[in-house]
Amino acid sequence: MLQYILRRTAVGLLMLLALTVLIFTLLRLTPGDPIDAYVNPSVPISASDLEMLRTRLGLERPLPVQYFAWLGAALMGDFGYSIQYNGEGVLPLVLSRIGPTILLMFSGLVIAAVVGISTGIFAAVRRNKLADLSLSTAAFVGISSPAFLTALLGLYVFAVNLRWVPAGGMLTPGAPFSVGDLLAHLILPATLLSIGHGALIMRYMRSSLLEVLSQDYVRTARAKGVREFWVIVKHAVRNALLPVITLIGSTIGIAIGGAIFIESVFDWPGMGLLMVNAVVRRDYPVIMCATLLTGACVILVNLLTDIAYAAVDPRIKVA
Amino acid sequence: MASLTHASSAGPIRRALSRFFENGAAVVGLAILIPILVLTLTYDLWWLHKPNDIDLLAMNQGPSSAHWLGSDGVGRDIMARLLQGGRISLLVATVSMAISTFLGFFIGAIAGFAGRFVDGATMRFVDLAMTLPPVIFLLVLASIVGSGIVPTIFVISLLSWPVLSRMVRARLLELRERDFVVASRGMGAGLWHLLIRHGLPNTIDILVVYATLQVANGILLEAGLSFLGLGVTPPEASWGNMLNAARATHVLENYPWQWMFPGGALVVTVLAINFVGDGLRDAFDPRSELK
Repeated sequence: MLQYILRRTAVGLLMLLALTVLIFTLLRLTPGDPIDAYVNPSVPISASDLEMLRTRLGLERPLPVQYFAWLGAALMGDFGYSIQYNGEGVLPLVLSRIGPTILLMFSGLVIAAVVGISTGIFAAVRRNKLADLSLSTAAFVGISSPAFLTALLGLYVFAVNLRWVPAGGMLTPGAPFSVGDLLAHLILPATLLSIGHGALIMRYMRSSLLEVLSQDYVRTARAKGVREFWVIVKHAVRNALLPVITLIGSTIGIAIGGAIFIESVFDWPGMGLLMVNAVVRRDYPVIMCATLLTGACVILVNLLTDIAYAAVDPRIKVA
Repeated sequence: MASLTHASSAGPIRRALSRFFENGAAVVGLAILIPILVLTLTYDLWWLHKPNDIDLLAMNQGPSSAHWLGSDGVGRDIMARLLQGGRISLLVATVSMAISTFLGFFIGAIAGFAGRFVDGATMRFVDLAMTLPPVIFLLVLASIVGSGIVPTIFVISLLSWPVLSRMVRARLLELRERDFVVASRGMGAGLWHLLIRHGLPNTIDILVVYATLQVANGILLEAGLSFLGLGVTPPEASWGNMLNAARATHVLENYPWQWMFPGGALVVTVLAINFVGDGLRDAFDPRSELK
């Protein structure tokens, strides 16, 4: 087990390193002078100072040398200065936006998992009955409708027309912080974020449970006279959950993609909104730092999923 | 007896087609898709408004007999923009589908046929490209190449090929060991001959299904990019940038026809293409005949 964890971690670190190479290469493909990223735009600088800085940053040296210099600085937390926010340091800026994004994504994920798993079980038990067919159709529509459209529609119906919840932002401006206020702002974007992911989870849960229900041990349990409810809950669902848990981990990218659209429709002050604004304003240091952090998160979540799966399923260790 | 030999002598493509037309959902998808294609491709022959004609006397009007689907903030006809937008969305999706199918096939095929070193290098690159969430990758590429129709096509093509190349590679790795390929190689066939004569016909099912679903995917990616203001730029219409207008609260609240129609068109088209794609996947799967 330990050896497995170490090997997976090493692979993860290598992927992260390769990701930094990719990001650095893309950074150098961008139009404009790379030195702009390192100059605080709100402070005037003379041409000779600029040359000195260029030499100090090694921007006239070969690209591989530059890569290691950039990597060293990035490891120390120096990603340069943001262009759009008057030269604020990139790392503190990005870090300040992570909290809201994690809150939104985690809430969305919890809703998606709870709703997806329970409706998946329900649909599998009622296989090919009306409830199953309508749930499966709903899931198909859920997977096919893009996050920005469900976001617009949700905003229109629940915030603009019904006025059940505020139409955007994370907190009421000027009002003192309260959990109720935060929840009122959170509930709609989190629910909308969960639609795509929840539909996917529901489909996987349904097919996984159907497969388990045809296994011998389920028939044995029924033959022993265990009540149908307990057969489903204790014998079948427990085993059917395994692949679904892996799915939740490995599709974290879908949730991140959806979060970008939800954040920009609802003005949610997270990484997605920051990144979209950075792309619109060509704020490359912010784009690159946010991309690297996102990639690191995805690699970390995949690693944890693999380890958790190996911990639960003893057959993995043999492979 | 005669009908039996006839059935078994039909080629795999024809059998796949007959399976396809027995699939209800796929036929419904096709029945929705064909009118959409015809309408978007021919609208300038029969619809009297042009997508970019400004009519300041008819701003923000609801659906009426003159403007069936209403008009937008500068009096442009929504119906004309919807159909022109569909044309642009389908153009972007189709061209990027063609490019990414081409890239995905050749990269995957070369990885599968050209030996372990090339294979290892390409597949590690594909792994890396698939680490980043697609939307993030899309944003990074868009920030480098800018907005407009051609950059949008470029970005979507570049994003989409890794999935296909992985499937093609898996198929060809298995094919490489088959006798007819080994024999062909033994008789001195080059890489190009192997790819075109043996690789292409044996992956055609993967390519057709991927290409179909990729059109739907391309429509969604284009709409997503344009929605964020990074894809097709106004005044050119696309379903995504028509939805982008609804990010202004007063449009969202007061003029729902300006964004609900493009949104509806988007979902209906994508659903129809997905039905057709799923139908093709089942039709090309030889196991489905055993059921």
